[in-house]
Amino acid sequence: MGTRNGTLHNTWHLGIKEFHSLLGDWPMLFMIVFMFTVSVYADATAKPESLHRASIAVVDEDQSQLSSRIIAALHPPQFIDPERIELAEIDPTMDAGRHTFVLDIPPNFQRDVLAGRSPALQLNVDATRQSQAQTGTGYIQNIVNDEIRSFVQRYRSTAAQPVQLVERAMFNPNLSGGWFAAVTAIINNITMLGILLTGAALIREREHGTIEHLLVMPVTPFEIMLSKVWSMGVVVLLASSFSLQVMVKGVLGVVVPGSALLFGAASLLYLFAAASIGIFMGTLARNMPQFGLMTILVLLPLQILSGALTPRESMPELVQWLMSLTPTTHFVSLAQGILFRGAGLDVVWPAFAMVALIGGVFFALALHRLRSTIGKMQS
Amino acid sequence: MNSATGPAAPSTAPVVRPPVVRLVDVEHRYGDTLAADHVTLDIPAGCMVGFIGPDGVGKSTWLGLIAGARQIQQGKVEVLGGDMASARHRRDVCPRIAYMPQGLGKNLYPTLSVFENVDFFGRLFGQSRAEREERIADLLASTGLAEFADRPANKLSGGMKQKLGLCCALIHDPDLLILDEPTTGVDPLSRRQFWELIDRIRERRPGMSVLVATAYMEEAERYDWLVAVDAGRVLATGSPAELRERTGADTLEDAFLALLPPERLGDHTPLTIPPLEAGETVIEARKLQMRFGDFVAVDDVNLQVRRGEIFGFLGSNGCGKSTTMKMLTGLLPPTRGEALLLGEVLDAHNIDTRRRVGYMSQAFSLYAELSVRRNLQLHADLFHLPKAEGEARITELARRFDLEPVMDEVPEALPLGIRQRLQLAVAVLHRPDVLILDEPTSGVDPVARDHFWELIIDLSRKDGVTIFITTHFMNEAQRCDRISLMHAGRILASGAPDELAAQRGAASLEDAFVGYLAEASGVKLGGSGGGADTNAPAETNAPSPQLAPANGEGERAGSTSHSRPPRFSLARLLSFSTREATELRRDPFRLTLALLGTVILMLVMGYGITTDVEDLSYAVLDLDRSTASESYTLNISGSRYFQEQPPLESHADIDRRMRAGELAMALEIPPNFGRDLARGARPEISVWLDGAMPMRAEVARGYVMGVHAQTLTEAMASAGISAAPLADIAVRYRYNPDMRSLIAMVPAVIPMLLVFIPAMLTALGVVREKELGSILNVYTTPVTKLEFLLGKQLPYIALSMFNCVLMFVLAITLFDVPFKGSLTAFFTGALLYVTATTGLGLLMSTLTNSQIAAMAGTSIGTLLPAIQFSGMLDPVSSLEGGGALIGEMYPTTHFLTISRGTFSKALDFGDLGGAFIPLLMAIPVLTLLSALLLKKQAR
Repeated sequence: MGTRNGTLHNTWHLGIKEFHSLLGDWPMLFMIVFMFTVSVYADATAKPESLHRASIAVVDEDQSQLSSRIIAALHPPQFIDPERIELAEIDPTMDAGRHTFVLDIPPNFQRDVLAGRSPALQLNVDATRQSQAQTGTGYIQNIVNDEIRSFVQRYRSTAAQPVQLVERAMFNPNLSGGWFAAVTAIINNITMLGILLTGAALIREREHGTIEHLLVMPVTPFEIMLSKVWSMGVVVLLASSFSLQVMVKGVLGVVVPGSALLFGAASLLYLFAAASIGIFMGTLARNMPQFGLMTILVLLPLQILSGALTPRESMPELVQWLMSLTPTTHFVSLAQGILFRGAGLDVVWPAFAMVALIGGVFFALALHRLRSTIGKMQS
Repeated sequence: MNSATGPAAPSTAPVVRPPVVRLVDVEHRYGDTLAADHVTLDIPAGCMVGFIGPDGVGKSTWLGLIAGARQIQQGKVEVLGGDMASARHRRDVCPRIAYMPQGLGKNLYPTLSVFENVDFFGRLFGQSRAEREERIADLLASTGLAEFADRPANKLSGGMKQKLGLCCALIHDPDLLILDEPTTGVDPLSRRQFWELIDRIRERRPGMSVLVATAYMEEAERYDWLVAVDAGRVLATGSPAELRERTGADTLEDAFLALLPPERLGDHTPLTIPPLEAGETVIEARKLQMRFGDFVAVDDVNLQVRRGEIFGFLGSNGCGKSTTMKMLTGLLPPTRGEALLLGEVLDAHNIDTRRRVGYMSQAFSLYAELSVRRNLQLHADLFHLPKAEGEARITELARRFDLEPVMDEVPEALPLGIRQRLQLAVAVLHRPDVLILDEPTSGVDPVARDHFWELIIDLSRKDGVTIFITTHFMNEAQRCDRISLMHAGRILASGAPDELAAQRGAASLEDAFVGYLAEASGVKLGGSGGGADTNAPAETNAPSPQLAPANGEGERAGSTSHSRPPRFSLARLLSFSTREATELRRDPFRLTLALLGTVILMLVMGYGITTDVEDLSYAVLDLDRSTASESYTLNISGSRYFQEQPPLESHADIDRRMRAGELAMALEIPPNFGRDLARGARPEISVWLDGAMPMRAEVARGYVMGVHAQTLTEAMASAGISAAPLADIAVRYRYNPDMRSLIAMVPAVIPMLLVFIPAMLTALGVVREKELGSILNVYTTPVTKLEFLLGKQLPYIALSMFNCVLMFVLAITLFDVPFKGSLTAFFTGALLYVTATTGLGLLMSTLTNSQIAAMAGTSIGTLLPAIQFSGMLDPVSSLEGGGALIGEMYPTTHFLTISRGTFSKALDFGDLGGAFIPLLMAIPVLTLLSALLLKKQAR
């Protein structure tokens, strides 16, 4: 084993070498830049938060002033101009998926409303198109209620509610989805690049035989691994910090309440874990294509089930438990705490400890695999 | 021709027959490099023609053009009496040509067994089962591979791989056999056996022409007619004797050097080796043994090497040379025995001993992406040379090794000879006592090789560096002070080169080596032998099978397999399917993805991308603590959507617990709530939502408002106030009344995964062949593009259907999604759909050249349109512009309609007819487009 000083020295120089290698790898550089700029921007702005061009059909059995007003209120850009169909056409139209919504206004609707008989409109919703169905139903209910109320108010006044419910959203007053999506994109990119960069760097060395060459030098597997972890960690840390400061805060104009420094420290710790996973996978795969296939099966679960996209509490217990063994889950809760809620170290330290612990386990595993695979390398 | 060993008289053949190959003004470029510089050449038929010259001068390109595997850029290539630019002629003559590309086992399928490999080629040439079995038995017996018929090709030694390659090439009795460096990297005994085999085959089929490219000048002595090649041009042609005569040289190697233009030679002078003044023993090996599991790679190796000695290791690939060297560097700890460096036992864990050893491995193993200077600097740093000393050493080495002009270039762009000098410079940077060089000159041209040896001799004699070197070149072995012949992990003999030859009574070192090897493996040379392989000691003592009798061979040839191949053959198509399925079965990574990929991802998405939110944790800050406030909060805690947490104490408490992410929602009931309510003062209840996850907050808001409204209505009703609204909007969530997101998601996830994974696997299946080189077999056999593509597609269609069934079962059991419609309609749709999506994979494969690019390409090309434009999130009718157009055409849109229709809407064929037609149309379009874009020749 090299001396303590020698280890630092070698790890430093091997890490610097990784930077030079990366600088020569244009496709990889392009990918890093792309993922932390364009892709974050696209994710934040992609999903229109409102309804857009939903298709609706109306069966107007009333043919009254009120029914015409309701139909006229359903218009672009939220809706495609409603198609008028007959009662018998409802089923085939819905079955063929031509319309997501069909509104049926019964005969004598206007008369019954004015008489205070509280008549029922029927709204048929194609619930297989869930996202549009959910948002659209709320829209239609509001629009129809507004039209009816303003129509009725010309004739009589309406009663007020005894208790008011006032809701406020903390941390994100407008419940803007873009705010969430931008930060989620950064979190996911850190996971992906942390694993990909180190894993690919290891495989590249193995494919080119350079790792074997390094081992005849006065360098230990520990130093080789640590050098990759720190250098790629720094690259991803810089890219993600840039993305947070410039893209999210600057270009997207999102207000991030938390401490960037604390988030940086959390990212660095998480990158240590992610890079260890990358190296571990790199020792299992024999070549780049195998590594690629493996990342598909590892990355998607990490990104989707870690709580970055949807709340973890809705997942089955078993999934929650399994995912709590991955560093990603803890990092996601760290990142959400720090960036969204402005939480400090006093609040998030348990997650810090978990990321460090899991990272340490993966580092040890990867180091063990690296040592044994290199020992087994035959001529 | 007429004797098993001696070449035919060169003068007769060329005169009698028209040339078998005719090149007229052929030019071929790769970027700036000219691989063929206006070559005009007639190659005589019926003889053994050698293309000699160093690596990278264009030999392989010429052979590729002649074989029809490469597209002609300029000029005319006539083979067997027709123009190779014509696809029709290529199809007609390809059964008469056999091509074995460069690289050990390049056109073999590594996971297939010996028998399966040859059998596959037999099928491609339309041979019946009986004919194949007879031919394979015959070929394997005559090459000595019969007893290894079940061994996978990747477990064969280099020599055996080449023999197998030859079997594959000869299965269809070609008239023109093209061999590109068939013996490079093969040990001398296997090499000799290989040529004897070729001689016997030529004896059986005297009309066959053989074209060989080689870098071994010794071998070229045996050929009938030679073409000396350099820098894309013909230097000279003629028989070996003629070439030697013309240049007045003793050996072909010298003759070749003499033929080179003077500027290529530079200051090339014959090498002189000063006598050795050997000092103390530097390296000693005592009974070294290395085991890998049951396999003994190195056994009982004893050595003593003195300071400044050049010590050569000779032996075949895999004979244990590299392993021995690794033990001598301390890289591998020996299983038994010990290695001593300057009297001290080498310890694999002792970093300091590594400082005394310099090592240069077989392949270029420096960083190709870093400049020459940076590579040197990195190594100076890793050896902890002080900055000034390191700089000085780098400058010195750059001058001495002629690296000054290329210091700032990246090795990737440099010729092999210079790269090897750089490796040597790196290996001696830290002034080691011992230098270990593993085949440093393999593939390097003769001039550069001599230059390299000058440096080695200099290091040995001037700096007193002890040098271990392995090589395949006998003239290099001759330059060593001492050599050891290694075979099957043991040293057969050691001594000065001349002594060894003398001991054996052999004319040359090569003969002596072959003699030792033959003796060790019990092979009789010259005639019937050749059955054994030198790398497999346990197998070599088996009796060598006799060559099958030659009678009847001639008639069989030409009669069956040289008729024009059919335009379309189901058998050829299926042979690709069978092979693909076999290969997939033996690749654990692809198999896992193929069998379990969809299931794993379906579980992930089913549980991950759900919009059902339950068990929202909330807490109440009740500042009133009246019966009214308690009855209000009871309504919320009763809801299945909410999970109550310990009550809140203060506003600061709300803040803290929300910040920690403990609560998704907090309720604040104001003081005097009960009193105000009773007075009709309309008190306000505050709800705090955690906005960190907007989706969850929206859902929570919806739930709490619903519960609130219900509470009020109930309260008012009990108070006798009518709370009827103006109108009631009765929402009917059709097909999924509870709005369970799984019921909506699962029928959408199935189409998405059935495009992503099948397309990727199919694309990988084709691109792998491009990357590994076996695509050459498509170029040079009668298989058509359509047969190849469809053959590759079939197994993946079957696999995808299996996956579809798996996902279907998962959907109705684990996810409990009801299936209401027609099963037949669903699975018919699925079959059409996976045919289209695997077709999409084929299309992707024609656009990419590496597996990584294929993976990235198919991911983007399938996931983006499937998720964004096919109606998974927003219906296609809501899209505009390009997205809408893609959505209308993309197969996922239509299978999504079928999947949702059959799962949730209880539909049948009749209702879904409109969705089947676009799928039916997509299939031929995708297949034809792929066939059009696939090249049947390399560039």
